[in-house]
Amino acid sequence: MDGLLTLLIDGLNYASWLFIVSLGLTLVFGVLKILNIAHGSFYALGAYAAASFVGWAAGMQWSPWMSLAAMLLAAVAVAAVVAPITERGLLRFFYGRDEVLLVLVTYALFLVMEDVTKLIWGANPYFVTEPYGLFGNVDFGVLSYVGYDFALWGLAVAAGLAAWWALNRTRQGKIVLAVIHSPEVASSMGVRVSRVYTIAFGAGVFLAALAGAFTAPMISVQPGLSVSVVVLSFAVVIIGGLGSIEGAAIGALLVGLARSAAVHLAPAAELFVIYAVMAGVLVFRPEGLFQRIQARKI
Amino acid sequence: MQEAILEARGIAKRFGAVVAASDINVKIGPGERVGLIGSNGAGKTTFVNMITGYLKPDEGQIKLAGTDITRLAPRAINMLGVKRSFQIPQLFGDLSVLENMLVALACRDGQGNFLRSARDPLRVEHADGLLRRFRLQEHRRRRVSELPGGVRKLLDIAMALTARPKLLLLDEPTSAVAADEKFQMMDTIMSALAEDPETPVLFVEHDMDIIGRHATRVIAFYSGRIIADDAPAAVLAQDDVRRYVTGEISGE
Amino acid sequence: MNTIIHSTALARGLQGSSRPLRTLAAAAATFTVLAVAGLCVPAWLTYLVTIAAGNALVSLGIVALMRGGVVSFGQGMFFAAGGYGAALLFNQAGWTDALALAAAGGVLAVALALPFAPLLARYRGIFFATLTLALSMVAYGVLMKWPELGGSDGFTVGRPTLLGQRLDGPEGAYRLFLLTVALAAAIGFLARIYFASSTGLVTLAARDNELRVEYLGASVRRLIGANFLIAAFFGGVGGALVVLSLGHVEPAFSYWTVSGEFVFIAVLAGYRSVPAVFIASFLLEIVRSFSSAYFPNTWQLALGLFLLLVIRFLPQGIGSLWTREAR
Repeated sequence: MDGLLTLLIDGLNYASWLFIVSLGLTLVFGVLKILNIAHGSFYALGAYAAASFVGWAAGMQWSPWMSLAAMLLAAVAVAAVVAPITERGLLRFFYGRDEVLLVLVTYALFLVMEDVTKLIWGANPYFVTEPYGLFGNVDFGVLSYVGYDFALWGLAVAAGLAAWWALNRTRQGKIVLAVIHSPEVASSMGVRVSRVYTIAFGAGVFLAALAGAFTAPMISVQPGLSVSVVVLSFAVVIIGGLGSIEGAAIGALLVGLARSAAVHLAPAAELFVIYAVMAGVLVFRPEGLFQRIQARKI
Repeated sequence: MQEAILEARGIAKRFGAVVAASDINVKIGPGERVGLIGSNGAGKTTFVNMITGYLKPDEGQIKLAGTDITRLAPRAINMLGVKRSFQIPQLFGDLSVLENMLVALACRDGQGNFLRSARDPLRVEHADGLLRRFRLQEHRRRRVSELPGGVRKLLDIAMALTARPKLLLLDEPTSAVAADEKFQMMDTIMSALAEDPETPVLFVEHDMDIIGRHATRVIAFYSGRIIADDAPAAVLAQDDVRRYVTGEISGE
Repeated sequence: MNTIIHSTALARGLQGSSRPLRTLAAAAATFTVLAVAGLCVPAWLTYLVTIAAGNALVSLGIVALMRGGVVSFGQGMFFAAGGYGAALLFNQAGWTDALALAAAGGVLAVALALPFAPLLARYRGIFFATLTLALSMVAYGVLMKWPELGGSDGFTVGRPTLLGQRLDGPEGAYRLFLLTVALAAAIGFLARIYFASSTGLVTLAARDNELRVEYLGASVRRLIGANFLIAAFFGGVGGALVVLSLGHVEPAFSYWTVSGEFVFIAVLAGYRSVPAVFIASFLLEIVRSFSSAYFPNTWQLALGLFLLLVIRFLPQGIGSLWTREAR
């Protein structure tokens, strides 16, 4: 029984992290039809920025709770600086071109940002440990968990609900939905599609950076963060269905529980089970579990 | 009468509430030049798509030279000799005119092409022959995406001829061509086809003058049914046809 | 009249058939030049060219697929397959001949690709790319947790032999360089012949208008499947050659970033010219070496910027700089 509980909790921990990490990726694909390899780079930027901001907050002798605000601010800062430059300065020149071409463009961007991050922050790891202890420990009998991990659940739920609500219940969100379905028709009805793209991409970068910022206390922030996150979020998003928030949630749950099951029951499978599920979904239901776009299958 | 090349019996097709084809019975023999007329949505394109296998009829049977092709896949029907051209020319824009023809010839020859050069001299000769028939040889080396509409249409048809077709379907061969070029274009096409007098040709066409000039037989469609099937003069004189197709009698 | 037609066809045919001869001559000349140059330049440069040639073969596989309109983000899997295959045959089965190991690497990679080829041939665009990515990451995950294969560290391979002689020391390195370059030239030559063949031309057509190819009677699925197997073979041979020079094989070879580099080379080169692939691979290795020596945190930046420039201004790759319609 304990084993099952551990498995579930670990799985949900991982799932909530995966969801926050992948939400931005699926949104960006849904609106701009770009599968963004640089998504992982934005995540890493968020982590580094959080390291810096929290460091300054600690240096200012503020309360440790301010570090949470610092992390949020870090994510906002990253989005505010990087998103317009990337979207207006690079991506928009390739809109409407082949989707794989856009993937290559984001791959180039990923390469660039890997080094830019290293040039700004150096190659040594950063540790942002202050926030991690904020929520104390939670005990389940013999098992003890760090409260911060559960706080992440809250963040995941909040982010998901906020994104869903913004898209489906606000006027601006409905405009975005219209653009998702048909940019041409939306444009002919007076929607400034380019502005929707900029905002959607900004939201995507913000969510990626948010994920990175709030993950920073749990890891050592160092070069190479982006690399593993890219493929993991790809897996989640493909499994759930590109462009679908619900899909990202289900995909994250599936991957999180699958990996947890592997870690506890079949450790040899830990690394490949995620991608096996991804491959399986691509084979049997390529549009993902929550269909938004049609798979190009002949 | 010789054996029919194409025989369609009792063909019917619905799309939900829309009747795209109903009780279609057609026999096409060798050498015929059949014009398919009818307003948009009358069922001509559905008929063509069912022959080429792109659509499957709900009822009825289609036979090609005796073989039942009703349920076959488009590629299989193609391999049996049914070739078509397209209303919007389907070409390989990045390749040259000659290369487009060479691709058609390579596809015709099937697999096992790995080591045979794309510019095999026999194929180049065959391709040049066809290009000459369609007066396209001056464009031989030009990139297809740079060519004008009329040339592209001719190339589209020439590619359909690379493997001696048993039946040739031309989907609006003179559409999207300037009005003053239509006649010359159809003349070019028909004189190119004259070198294969046995091959029956079905062509979808809206221009009645071209129909009158080139068709040996006309089939008129309306609302999924065939309302006339006879020599051009007879069909074009029919009241139904004048009402529903050519619009000479205002409909009521 | 007929004799005139036939003799012109024959004349044109002779001219056409000189193309493979010209390509063979070019390949042989390139090999000779490199072989001689290899004697005069420092060892690190010949080593760099060896690695670049091996990598180029892997990217040549991606080019074969790109000509048909799909991009594979999983060539690392076949690179690893060839590398592990060669290394295992060396360590466990006692095979030492470098040429045999390279060939075996290719064959093993094809064997790995066979069950997946019919499946992958049904996908295009992003789905093809991500499925190949997923498969290569599965391979990575499997390799990382396989203790008999060295797990995450991989394992080392000794020096192979060639024609009975062990390839030790600087002379051995030079001979390995010769072998790699010779194989690269040979495969490059075969690739050129294949690309200029009927199947090669229909592949290009499929990239352009798949519908019409199907309506002309060819199966695009079979084309893509065949090209996928060819890509696997090239990847496996390249992987074996690189591992033999490196002396080491590890699961990271199947990681997505490695596949990404192979894609980078293919995009940089474009799909119009076979030599361009080797030149692009060489450029990547040069940039990588110099940058890590002098500007450690900038080589990816340089690559990324370069890739953007190529995508934007030279979308058909550097090969388009010197090819006209010759494919």
